Amino acid sequence: MTRPIEYLKETASQTAGPYVHIGMTPNEYDITGVIAEDPGVTVISDGVKGERITVQGRVLDGAGKPVFDCVVEIWQADANGIYNSPAEHRAGVDPNFSGWGRQAAGENGEFSFETIKPGPVPAPGGGFMAPHITFWIVARGINLGLQTRMYFSDEDAANKGDPILAKARMVGRDHTMIGSREGSTVTFDIHLQGESETVFLDI
Amino acid sequence: MSERLSNARAEAAAFMERDYSQHPPAFTPGYKSSTLRAPKQALISYASTLSEKTGPAFGHNMLGELDNDLIVNFARPGEEAIGQRIVVHGYVLDQNARPVPNALVEFWQANAGGRYRHKREGYRAPLDPNFGGFGRTVTDENGYYWFRTIKPGPYPWPNGVNDWRPAHIHFSLFGSGFAQRLISQMYFEGDPLVPICPIVNTISDKSAIDRLVARLDMNNAIPMDLRAYRFDMVLRGRRSTFFENRPEGN
Repeated sequence: MTRPIEYLKETASQTAGPYVHIGMTPNEYDITGVIAEDPGVTVISDGVKGERITVQGRVLDGAGKPVFDCVVEIWQADANGIYNSPAEHRAGVDPNFSGWGRQAAGENGEFSFETIKPGPVPAPGGGFMAPHITFWIVARGINLGLQTRMYFSDEDAANKGDPILAKARMVGRDHTMIGSREGSTVTFDIHLQGESETVFLDI
Repeated sequence: MSERLSNARAEAAAFMERDYSQHPPAFTPGYKSSTLRAPKQALISYASTLSEKTGPAFGHNMLGELDNDLIVNFARPGEEAIGQRIVVHGYVLDQNARPVPNALVEFWQANAGGRYRHKREGYRAPLDPNFGGFGRTVTDENGYYWFRTIKPGPYPWPNGVNDWRPAHIHFSLFGSGFAQRLISQMYFEGDPLVPICPIVNTISDKSAIDRLVARLDMNNAIPMDLRAYRFDMVLRGRRSTFFENRPEGN
């Protein structure tokens, strides 16, 4: 008999539930005094290089109602497209930049991150992906955390060459991954379901 | 195509494709909250890129002394939380059975009566003034973690007319790459509420459910003090990188 190759199976996901804030943003939800600061509260610090932007938006359900009890995390490269990560092979990341943010949505499903516009990141097999910010959304009713990306409306040329946007374009949904830029504010609403459903990624 | 310098680091490897048979689908009407929050369109699949292969660093220096001790980390000086005293411990591994060191492990739970300390929680069971319900730790070089807490109580929730959650502890795991990001719940061996829970039953694979059930571990109980529960978790593994920097590779 042929013995199978034994890889372990990934632990099954379960919903974050309605009280995810106790575990992920405890200070914001009155579990004070355990840790000094909630992790991911700031993405940038003084002296960060690059163009300062505010990334804001709302998370909405299939009825258009705000997902007031979700937690949103973002992950992005610095202004030169380098990640602040032990898994990043390139040197020279901006020391005033963490690239990771976490927020509990407000009563209207809203979030707002103060960050910088990321640079383009190398694509697998050569070339570059357009500047983007990776999002991860968890909440009551979400059985497996949802991954998506926000691209920038002022990056038309780069967006046209982006391999992941190209896949979304093939199904006519790339527009759901574009954050709309006005001045220094980029607005990106995330629709979990419905006509405007955001593209979510298996990546 | 750029040539790799001999002393340059290789790009991190991509993650193995996610095995969705181990996870609940998005739309699970038995768990009613999912119905308006489940995407209906197909996910767009793409081999992980640098944006998912990377993730922030978590060090042990971020931790406070009591971060992994829920019995005292919210309690008034000299007091302790009420409930069955336990330690939860285990390993965070990847699919290659290798330890995941420096993983951020966050956990939250109800108190011994099944009540969460949250402004939107309305269950009549009382709050314990000495219990917050939050803790965290970072895995060591062997992927090992542990924390001390009290066993949470089961509680009723509005879904069916008479649905009760089994006793459980929520976990958030952050490994080395953003694609490994995972949230789950740990249950307790022998709890009769596990097999009838609509949230547990969003998972169709019975062995996947079984791996969410922590085992009573009497070998690590501390006599006259606390019992231990063993709970190992597995994050997505990275693929081997053959012929990196050669487009014809892999």
